[in-house]
Amino acid sequence: MRLTLEIWRQKNADDTGRFVRYEMEDVDHHMSFLEMLDVLNQRLIGKGEEPVAFDSDCREGICGMCGFAINGQPHGSQPLTTVCQLHMRFFHEGEVLRLEPFRAKAFPVVKDLAINRSAMDRIIMAGGYVSINAGGARDANSILIGKKEADLAMDAAACIGCGACVAACPNASASLFTGAKITQLGLLPQGQPERKARALSMAEKHSDEGFGSCTVIGECSEACPKGIQLEVIARMNKDFLAGSLTYREDSGGGGGG
Amino acid sequence: MATLDSRIPPGPLDRKWTKRKEDMKLVNPANKRKYTIIVVGTGLAGASAASSFGELGYNVKNFCFQDTPRRAHSIAAQGGINAAKAYQNDGDSVWRLFYDTIKGGDFRAREANVYRLAEVSGSIIDQCTAQGVPFAREYGGLLANRSFGGALVSRTFYARGQTGQQLLLGAYSSLMRQVQLGKVQMFPRTEMLDLVVIDGRARGIVARDLVTGKVESHIADAVVLATGGYGNLYYLSTNAKNCNATAIWRAHRKGAFFANPCYTQIHPTCIPRAGDYQSKLTLMSESLRNDGRIWVPKKAGDKRSPDQIPEDDRDYYLERKYPTYGNLAPRDIASRAAKQVCDAGLGVGPGGLGVYLDFSESMKRLGKRAIAERYGNLFDMYERITGEDPYTVPMRIYPAVHYVMGGLWVDYDLQSNLPGLFVLGEANFSDHGANRLGASALMQGLADGYFVIPYTIGDYLARGGIAKAGTDHAAFKEAEKVVDDRTKKFLSINGKYSVDHFHKKLGEVMWNDVGMARSKESLERALQAIPEIRAEFWQNVKVPGSGADFNQELEKAGRLADFLELGELLTWDALQRNESAGGHFRVEYQTDDGEAKRNDDEYAYAAAWEWKGEGQPWVLNKEPLAFENIHLQTRSYK
Repeated sequence: MRLTLEIWRQKNADDTGRFVRYEMEDVDHHMSFLEMLDVLNQRLIGKGEEPVAFDSDCREGICGMCGFAINGQPHGSQPLTTVCQLHMRFFHEGEVLRLEPFRAKAFPVVKDLAINRSAMDRIIMAGGYVSINAGGARDANSILIGKKEADLAMDAAACIGCGACVAACPNASASLFTGAKITQLGLLPQGQPERKARALSMAEKHSDEGFGSCTVIGECSEACPKGIQLEVIARMNKDFLAGSLTYREDSGGGGGG
Repeated sequence: MATLDSRIPPGPLDRKWTKRKEDMKLVNPANKRKYTIIVVGTGLAGASAASSFGELGYNVKNFCFQDTPRRAHSIAAQGGINAAKAYQNDGDSVWRLFYDTIKGGDFRAREANVYRLAEVSGSIIDQCTAQGVPFAREYGGLLANRSFGGALVSRTFYARGQTGQQLLLGAYSSLMRQVQLGKVQMFPRTEMLDLVVIDGRARGIVARDLVTGKVESHIADAVVLATGGYGNLYYLSTNAKNCNATAIWRAHRKGAFFANPCYTQIHPTCIPRAGDYQSKLTLMSESLRNDGRIWVPKKAGDKRSPDQIPEDDRDYYLERKYPTYGNLAPRDIASRAAKQVCDAGLGVGPGGLGVYLDFSESMKRLGKRAIAERYGNLFDMYERITGEDPYTVPMRIYPAVHYVMGGLWVDYDLQSNLPGLFVLGEANFSDHGANRLGASALMQGLADGYFVIPYTIGDYLARGGIAKAGTDHAAFKEAEKVVDDRTKKFLSINGKYSVDHFHKKLGEVMWNDVGMARSKESLERALQAIPEIRAEFWQNVKVPGSGADFNQELEKAGRLADFLELGELLTWDALQRNESAGGHFRVEYQTDDGEAKRNDDEYAYAAAWEWKGEGQPWVLNKEPLAFENIHLQTRSYK
């Protein structure tokens, strides 16, 4: 199969960047999309050119490191699929594919298709955890969790943090990502003590990092390779509202003695 | 030859860890903030160690080469994590988990380490549950379990087919909490390229910022390596593309002994390779063997589609050869059995390199929905990769390199022979002997990070004697220069072939001659070939771009250069071990029915290799393995 690739080339964060055209002959149907780029890169190295930089690691769709847009769609057109799991049998002879990095103010380009997604780490830092230290946990079976709640929590926890939701959103909102973590912990008994505070601080951090607001367009969920549902944003908003209405400064204090 | 002190505490097996903890020196809480610990790696072992250190009050510098700590390859572990909770009332106990693990490892691991692993396994489940890890539940709200290879009890906890992901995200969330609290400083996209040793103690690392190319020194009171395994030296493996041995290999060259490098695990259930462009192999979780049956046609060259082959013409060879464990025979045994049937011409699919993993019977018994609930994401992944629907056509699977039991030598405290250098998880050699059982890697990574190293590192720090030093010390300057020179060298060779070209060549030699079946002849052939590939690499590799920016080819070149040395050591280790044990199968040493034949009289030791300098042969040190609590016996799963 013959394909034409128009790939975004940008030397570093300061470079303006441009699309460069590459003709691919003999693309095998069984290849993954990234394997096709591997083949291109081997060819570029052979010619003494710099290969296309793109991130990938596990190549089984779970680490969340890979991702770019193909013809404007994050991870391409196949549902529930990261680019590392996207196989060439879904493309046809002569297609022109435009590859560009996930675009968002909060995701500066590192080089070519590789971006900096550390803003998402900082959202987790703002409260995407249960505040417990190793060593103090009680027996796991002493916390009963209904199968349904556990399954719903797992659905939300499946987020791989790839950033496709942000790239798909016209507002570059990371609400699906943020809502997924808030939902996972909010559904479980372990997450209750910090539930409201978590929603408040994570949502605040989300805005501070330069992500846009959610206007419930739904592109995020469509693009999500793990099928995270819009419902997580509703749950986030609910917790955020509850948190806002009942917000009190910490009373401080601390023990004497 | 050096003497190796494993520092196993005296006393009865089930009291050793308690005794060790009682004897440890402690660091006063107020003094903990005066210490800095470097942790390299953010997988299960690294993230759990770094967050635990932060919780205790130490200052931590945590490094990973990925763009965020949440990407570490622990995330790809699918099936589950073992723990001796005995929630199922099926006869499980700490002893039984210990025994299964020692036996699974073909009696080549330390009793005391393995016992401790089993002992703390329950606390891991408690800790992860408390973090909000959404383990699978029964309708009544209790935790669910499944079975895994090499065990006759159900002790594996899981979160769909994404257990590693959920455990890692749990550890990552604890880590992020410590970053927020200022106790852990995170260095993503930063790769350790050398270890710095001052006065015989590990005192820091030299690392390269992968975005700017800047090489920087970092000093600490202790260094913890949790950098995973080296399966990628085979080029094709189930490891993530960037998994590498550089951190442990650089430490080895600075004096840390490398133990049992030849113990490599070939996983039986991976999706077969499709073409030359193949960049990695994908695992299909061992948990599938709970409900899937493995078979090949009885007649060689039977080209009928699987649904046209009647029961009588199928050979369910694992069930036939190992009636007790059946399809849940351990990995090394199931892999070898697959190789045997394929070598006999019975394999299916392109090139005859595959066997069927068939769910039709369990789907009849349980319904498609139950199967989808258990393995849905794995089935989807299989279909995405192969274009075949495993609900209607049996999966085709073939063994692939998956895990390495070998790694840096450590004592009972997980400290290497270099004081101040601690090694956790897959990067060390400690717990799995010659073969690891399924669902035990996650257990070991988290045991090391949450429940072992927080104790043992305190003892090391409290004993004092760590001199004041700064990154202006000559040892740091020297290491920086080595790193700089190497980078310049890679960029200046400007040869004909890419890094991948050489990596594939190395992988081919390793897979063919140092893979599932090894012989004196094949190993000697590899010992010829590997130095030749290495020499050609250093003459003729082409690394484009510069050292002063994001350069993925440069990263790959450094990792391959280290694999090209480690591959040779692995082969020497395989050659000296004149026995078959677990993942190390020497064709000269097998029983009449093709099972691994150990030689306990001569080889019941851990081989700890000592680097003697460029171009010098390694020196082999031996740590004898004493079995005081169990009987050495021929491992049988029949």
